[in-house]
Amino acid sequence: MLELKQEPQKLTAFLSGEIDHHRAKELREAIDFAVREQYPPTVILDFRRVTFMDSSGIGLIMGRSRLLEEYGGTLEIHNPPPQIRKVLRISGADRLAVIRSYAEPPKQPDPAAPAPPDAEQHAEQKEAEHEYAQ
Amino acid sequence: MNTLNELKCTFPARSENESFARTMVCAFAAQLDPTVEELADLRTAVSEAVTNCIVHAYRGLPAGMIAVTVRLLPEGVIYIRIADKGCGIADIGQAMTPLYSSAPAEERAGLGFTVMQNFTDQLNVTSRPGRGTTVTMRKKLGNGGE
Repeated sequence: MLELKQEPQKLTAFLSGEIDHHRAKELREAIDFAVREQYPPTVILDFRRVTFMDSSGIGLIMGRSRLLEEYGGTLEIHNPPPQIRKVLRISGADRLAVIRSYAEPPKQPDPAAPAPPDAEQHAEQKEAEHEYAQ
Repeated sequence: MNTLNELKCTFPARSENESFARTMVCAFAAQLDPTVEELADLRTAVSEAVTNCIVHAYRGLPAGMIAVTVRLLPEGVIYIRIADKGCGIADIGQAMTPLYSSAPAEERAGLGFTVMQNFTDQLNVTSRPGRGTTVTMRKKLGNGGE
């Protein structure tokens, strides 16, 4: 339910399923463990496969934001589906983290950029939104 | 109050039941033909109310029960009542203040009531210290029925 991708300068946590109070603790512990292993300059929480989130997810974001502040890291939130975007908006979480949606067409497409990863990402996002709609 | 249909359910205040509670209410609400967004709003608001009972109501007390009543009212309105018999809230105003939490160590954001307010049409909270707390919410769903 949580996939962590560690790269030299960043840690990406691909979250999935439903994020509520019941699940927040295990997610928090797993992410923090990985953060403390390498103290990455950038930590990304990717929400594309998350089907539901209540304010427990905001607590999760706030807590990670505080942890990253301790060593000067940057928190990014990627690909939040519509319901999650709404919860983020109400909570003012956009002040805690950079929010990005890569599924949206880039403003300045880079012709040199390899196409397949982007196309794959787009397809995954569509799939996530489809699941959310059910 | 002209109730068209009604659901009553009681379950222990355990975090395993958070998912069950919001899914149950949404399954019942489907009769009102809600939009995807309305259903997501309802799911989130119910999750917040039930989580409050689980996190706060029975703190330091033997785990108690949560009673959920859902009524489908005329004109596509859903009424939800979520009640516990826990410790109650001494200062409801403070509890409803955005970002206030009495459990910050557990990484509670202090946004439960804020989400309930934003995702429903009407929110009422009544509480008596030592007796428990009752949250009621109303939301108009779908096209308002025939």
